[in-house]
Parts: sequence; C-alpha cells; structure tokens
Amino acid sequence: MAESASARQLAAGPSASSAPLSILRAVAGVLSTLLLTFIGLTAITFVIGRVMPADPVLAIVGDRASQAVYDQVYQQMGLDRPIYEQYWRYLGQLVQGDLGTSIMTAQPVMDDILRFFPATLELATIATLLGIFLGIPMGVLAAVNHGRWPDHFVRIFGLLGYSVPVFWLGMVGLLIFYANLGWVAGPGRLDVFYNDIVTPVTGVILVDAAMDGEWDIFWNAMSHLILPASILGTFALAYIARMTRSFMLDQLNQEYVLTARVKGMSESRVIWRHAFRNVQVQLITIIGLTYASLLEGSVLTETVFSWPGIGQYITRSLFNADMNAVLGGTIVVGVCFVGINMFSDLLYKLVDPRAR
Amino acid sequence: MKSAFKRFLLALAAAALSGVSVAQAETPKNTFVMAKDFSDIITLDPAEVFELSGGEIIANIYDRLMMFEPENLTKLVGGVAESYEVSGDGKSITFKIRPDLKFHSGNPVTAEDVAYSLQRVVKLNKTPAFIVTQFGWNKDNVDELVQVVDDNHVKVTITEEFSPVLVLNALSAGIASIVDKKLVTEHEKDGDMGYEWLKSNSAGSGAFVLKSWKANEVITMDAFPGYRHGEPAMKRVIVRHVAEPSAQRLLLEKGDVDMARNLTPDQIKGVADNAGIAIDNNPKGTTVYMAANASHPILGKPDVVQALRYLVDYKGMEDSFLAGQFVTHQAFWPSGLWAALDDNPYQLDVAKGKELLAKAGQPDGFSVRIDTLNAAPFMDIAQSVQSTLAKAGIKSEIVTSEGKTLWPMYRARKHELILARWSPDYVDPHSNADAFAHNPDNRLEAKLTGVLAWRNAWSDPAINDLAIRARNELDIDKREQLYLELQRKMQRTGPFVIMFQQNEQVARQKNVEGFVSGSNFDLVFYRNVTK
Repeated sequence: MAESASARQLAAGPSASSAPLSILRAVAGVLSTLLLTFIGLTAITFVIGRVMPADPVLAIVGDRASQAVYDQVYQQMGLDRPIYEQYWRYLGQLVQGDLGTSIMTAQPVMDDILRFFPATLELATIATLLGIFLGIPMGVLAAVNHGRWPDHFVRIFGLLGYSVPVFWLGMVGLLIFYANLGWVAGPGRLDVFYNDIVTPVTGVILVDAAMDGEWDIFWNAMSHLILPASILGTFALAYIARMTRSFMLDQLNQEYVLTARVKGMSESRVIWRHAFRNVQVQLITIIGLTYASLLEGSVLTETVFSWPGIGQYITRSLFNADMNAVLGGTIVVGVCFVGINMFSDLLYKLVDPRAR
Repeated sequence: MKSAFKRFLLALAAAALSGVSVAQAETPKNTFVMAKDFSDIITLDPAEVFELSGGEIIANIYDRLMMFEPENLTKLVGGVAESYEVSGDGKSITFKIRPDLKFHSGNPVTAEDVAYSLQRVVKLNKTPAFIVTQFGWNKDNVDELVQVVDDNHVKVTITEEFSPVLVLNALSAGIASIVDKKLVTEHEKDGDMGYEWLKSNSAGSGAFVLKSWKANEVITMDAFPGYRHGEPAMKRVIVRHVAEPSAQRLLLEKGDVDMARNLTPDQIKGVADNAGIAIDNNPKGTTVYMAANASHPILGKPDVVQALRYLVDYKGMEDSFLAGQFVTHQAFWPSGLWAALDDNPYQLDVAKGKELLAKAGQPDGFSVRIDTLNAAPFMDIAQSVQSTLAKAGIKSEIVTSEGKTLWPMYRARKHELILARWSPDYVDPHSNADAFAHNPDNRLEAKLTGVLAWRNAWSDPAINDLAIRARNELDIDKREQLYLELQRKMQRTGPFVIMFQQNEQVARQKNVEGFVSGSNFDLVFYRNVTK
C-alpha cells in the first residue's frame, strides 16, 4: 500500500501537488471502503433473506391465500427471477435512493427509517452520554482505589449491570418509577394526546419540540425518555466503567507512573494527566462500539417500553420476511458503524500525536 | 428455556412489588384509548385486509353492504343496504341502498359506489377476494354480474349454486365494505383502483374516520358526525401498539389507557382484584386444532387419528394454563354462532387410545413430529399433548416456529402433526366447512393451499357431497341440520382433532362501557363506547 502510494506520487510529478492529492487519495480510500462495505453488506443480507425459510409472499397474502393469489404476488415481487437479477435490480433502485416499500408498514422503507431511527438515536445518545459521564469517573475511581471498597462497588455494579436482563430491569423500573412513584411517564415516546402536534423535522422529539418552542411536549418526551435511556445507560455505564478500570489499572502499574510519583507529582496530576491520557485511545474505541451497538436498537428495551425504534423494526421485519425493510435497516446500521468508526479514527488523531 | 427464565424473573419482580397501590391518572372524557398488539396489520384496504387487527379497525371505519350490528350480533341486517329482494331462483339479489347516506368526504353513498366496491375486490383479487369469487365472479364477468340498476339499486347475480343466505352472510364480510368511489378514484395511480392509497387511508361511511395508522406505534380515529346511527360518544379513538402484555397492564392500572386487549391469564388474575377494573369475557371464533397429515403412512389411518382424539387432555389444559382464555370445543364451527354444534364427545382416555392404536396395527405406538407456532398457548398445548401421547407409546418431538416459516411447510404438506388455529373468514358455517371438510381435488398439483383438508391430504366424497348440499340448501332449518350432521361426521372422521375455542378476556376501566367484541374477528365495535 505504502509502496504503491509513493509510486503514484512519483508518477504525479512535482511534490507541490502532493498535499491535495493525498487528501484526494484519502477520500477515494474512504469511499472505496464504504462502497465495498455496502456491497458486501447488502449482498450477504440479500442472500440470507432469500434462503431463509420464512416466505415473503405469505407475509403479504397471509396463510389462507389461494395458489393463484400467491403466484400473482410471487411474480409481482420478482421472485421468479434469478437471485442475481433481483439483487441487481435492488442495487439499481438503491443508487436512486429508493429502498423499496415495506410489507409490514405499507410505507416506503425510507419513510419508516426516518420515523424509527430517530427514536433509537435519541435513546442511544442519552444512554451513551450517561455511560461516558458516569462510567469513566467510576472506572478511574475503582482503579485508583484498587482492592478497596470503591473498587468492589464498581466491580459488583459492573457485573450486575452487565448480567441482569434488560427486560427485567425495564419492568422493575416501570413498576417503581412509573406505576408506584409516578416520577416518570409510562411506555411510549409521548402521551398520546401530544401526538402529531410537533412538526417532525429531525424526528428526534426533544429537538423538534424545542425548535417549535413546545416546552410541554419537550418535558413530556423527556419524562418518557429518561427511564429507558437510564436502563440502556446502565449497560453502557457498566461496560465503560469496567473497561476504564482495567485500562487504568494497566497504566497505573507502568514504570512511568512510578517515575512521576517519585518526582513528587500530585496524585491527581499523575492520574489524569499521565495515566488517563494513555487510556483515551482505547476508551474511544470502547465508547464508539457501545454507541454503535446501541444505535442498532435494543429489541427488548424497545418492546418493554413500546418504543418505536429501529431494533423492533428490523427484528419484526426479519421474522416476517419483509426483505426491503431488513435491507434498509441493515444499511442504516452499517452506516452507523462505518460513520462511528471514521469518527473514532479522527478522534485518535486528535488525542494521540503518534497517529497523526 | 429462555421464556421460562423470563417468566421467573417477571414473577420475581411482580412479587417484590405487589401490594403497592398504583396512583391513577385519567384519559380525557371523550377519548377512548386502547392498548393492543396490532403488529399484524399490513394494510387497511378493505379489499385486502385479512388480518385480525386490520379486520377490527376497518369494521369501525366502513359500513358494509350487509352487517351484524353491535346492538344485536346474531341478526344479519342491512348496512349500506336498506333492504334486499331475492329472485325466485335464488340466483340474484337486488339491494336497495339507504337514501341520504353520506361518506366521510361528504359524497353521497350511491348504487354506483356499492357496485364499484364489489367489482374492485374481484379485480384487485387479493387474498380475501375468494369470499365473493366463489360465487362465480371473475375479472371479466363481474361488471355484468354486479350491476347498477338505478341510483339506489344494485343487482348481484351468482353463477354457482349457493344458498342466498350464504351469499348475504358473505356480503357482511370486510370485502363488502363500501368505499367512496369518487374519492378513491382521485387517488388512483396507474390504474390501481386506489390500492396504494387505501392501504393507509380511509374512504368509508362508518362510525369513525381514520386519521392515521403508524405501524408499530398508534392508530388514531375521529368520530364521524354524519354517521347514520348518530355521532359516536367518543370523539376520538386511539389504539396504542403495546406489544408487551405487562406494559399493557401497567398502562391500564395507571389509567393511561381505558382498555387492555392482550393480557395473559396471570395478568388477568392480577388485575381482577383491582376495584377500578372490570374484565369481560367474549367468546371468539378462533379454534385451536391438531391435524394429521393423511399422506403419512401411520397418520393416514383413521383409527390412529381417532386414537389421537382420546389422547388429548382437554380438561386438564382448560383448568390449568389456558385459564379461561380457551375452552374445550370439538366441532369445526365455533360455539355461539348459528348452526354451531356444542357436543364435546372426547376426553382423555389412554386405554381407549391404546385400543384404537392396536386396532390400527400400532400397539407399541410410533414416533412423530409436532409442528406448532412459537407463541402462547401453542407451545404449552404441544407439551401437554406430547405427554399424553407418550402414555400410549407415541414418542413426539415438538418443533416450534414463526408463522411465516410454519405456514409454507403446512401449505406444502410437509408436516406430520401440526397444532394450529383457524378463524372463520365470514359469519357462515360454509366458511369453515370449506376449509375443514370440503376438498374437491386432493391431488398435490391441485394446490388448494387455502383448504385445510387439502393441506392434510384428506378428502372424502361423501363428506364433500354433504358440504355442498349444506352450502346450497335454500331452506334455513334444513341447512342448519345439514351443518350439524356435517360437524358430527367430522368429529369421527377426517384428519382433525379440534380442541379449543378462544375466549377473549378484555380488561377495562369500570367506567368504560359499550365496547362490543363479537364472535368473529371483524365484529368489534367502538361506536357505543361511553365513559
């Protein structure tokens, strides 16, 4: 790779033009990675969708349809064509921004995604923020107090947070904070009476309500959001705290930390300026992964909280052989992963001089 | 395994928090809010709707040509039709359309709309179209056979031998919903008769106007001020999609919904103690049955199927996990409907079962696979059946799957034993006789995939003959006798072990009254609800 790059540079001639060229090359590299990723992603999903035992025609016509009705729809869906032809046709529509129509919702898949994804985005973002702002300090605290009670607390919390089933935590949370204490609103994104008031611009209700100045709706949405976000956040938090702890322990046992202490540096300086700096890169990876996996949607949380998110959408579509919807959902998840990866790469370069 | 663990944890959570009272909220006085799992809806076009939840919703948006009204669910009356007249030979019916009826759009309901609605069903030819195409209607002749006589008269003619009673009953099904021709035509695209548009919009004259259907989220309907029975008391109906029954229970107890439709037996027991909540029992038309593939070398023997009928613990299941949500019913036409047979001749009798197996040449039993849905109560029923079959030496393996995986296999006759459900397509016993009993062509290549008897590779000329005679009989009392006879015969012959009939348990706030949930899936009405 390096060789071919320098070869091209030579061929391009004077080094003056190498800066824009390298940017171009970088962009081309990213684009080709993206393209390959999506071709692979859609191709695999497409094939899986076609070899699954679930029958997409029955998803439309129901199990009682006569054979004539069945055959008619089978042809309309183009299932009588060879699979590569079907795939080619799908790709053709895809480049025009057409993801097809979902069977289950009778709406264009694009519209569905624009409705379901923001719901997940809202939830995942707040959960991840909780994970970052509570999880990292907890992890650091545990590492610094290795073997003492804060450490035990964080470890037990991390273990519980990671192993207690989310639907159970969700139900218990609803029972306590919604049913009994009445501190938060119940399942759903909004009280039904607030539906269809705010004009959906981003689809993220908090943002849309704030933009419209509908503060009642904003707070109502917040009170619906806070519990599921905290539940998901517990998982993000537990994971991030555990990882921070072990990364920090690694660093605190290094000789440079000993040196710094010997030089008489203050403990907080040792921890935050020396040790913590060195775990930042690893943490970015962990946080990126956590966020990306939350953006896939959490089927169980979404089900318990009647949250119309992308996780439920993809799962239900999969069970019903609604392939356009599954492919559309998969592409969104793919975009999230690739996007977050690229963003993480960028952050590496910011925090780690060696990566520049 | 996973679900048992889940149930255990939920029980733990419930136990930990039981006894704590719940503070009540309230929904607005003129709005009816219901929690329901409506994930099955894929369309709201009456020419296509065949899903349980979809059938319920369109019953409240559209008036049909003939109807069973919530005031009396057993009496077929005119809906959009004011009256009708049957010709002497029983082959034509002329409907007089009610004068001064209006669609939601303000357009008048005319004979033209009625003819268009029926023709549209035949021309689009979606799954439920068979309900009317069985009369001999097809794309090419329907314009002649369904004819506008004048502004308020429509004449329909059938070319097959069918009892006019059956025709009238069939014209009370969802496909006989009358759509607003003018409005639908405005939204027509590439000659699709408004199909794409009507999937998620409405053009009816029923009690409610569809405001929006958001899949997986919410359905909103507003009262129609010009409804022929007067504007409903509830100005707005909101159906919230809540997939998790425990969440439905919490919403109900908290007062955020007026009604919960999908509570489990445990939850029904739980809310029964709540003074503010009432529970209604509504017998439904859905039956649960086990079927044996007659092309299987052992299951094809009539004595083996007869043995199976004695190897099911009907009462044991009814008294335990079915807990009021399903009751024993052993005939193919559900109890509570006209011409239903309420005899339940079978109960668990292992000795009798063994005797029959010996008679069939299988004294030591055999091994068999039971396919079923991966949902309640099918998995529990399958396990119970597995254990009682084992008592007679029949070793069975249970395989559970999603419907979309199970049905293709069933339709291709690739099952051995299958545990499944069925609900009538319209309120006439022919609907079920045509599925369970009548199989005119048993060849594999005939592909009568919608017919249960065909799926089980079973056909009997005498039974076929009886089913046809019952279908065609003009005299209503004789017709009823024929159906009773057919059901009795099917209890002793054929591939089916019919077990249970569904009993829907609906939990509602005590002050919410007038919700009507009839025996068929599309006989659920919101218009009389008050609170």
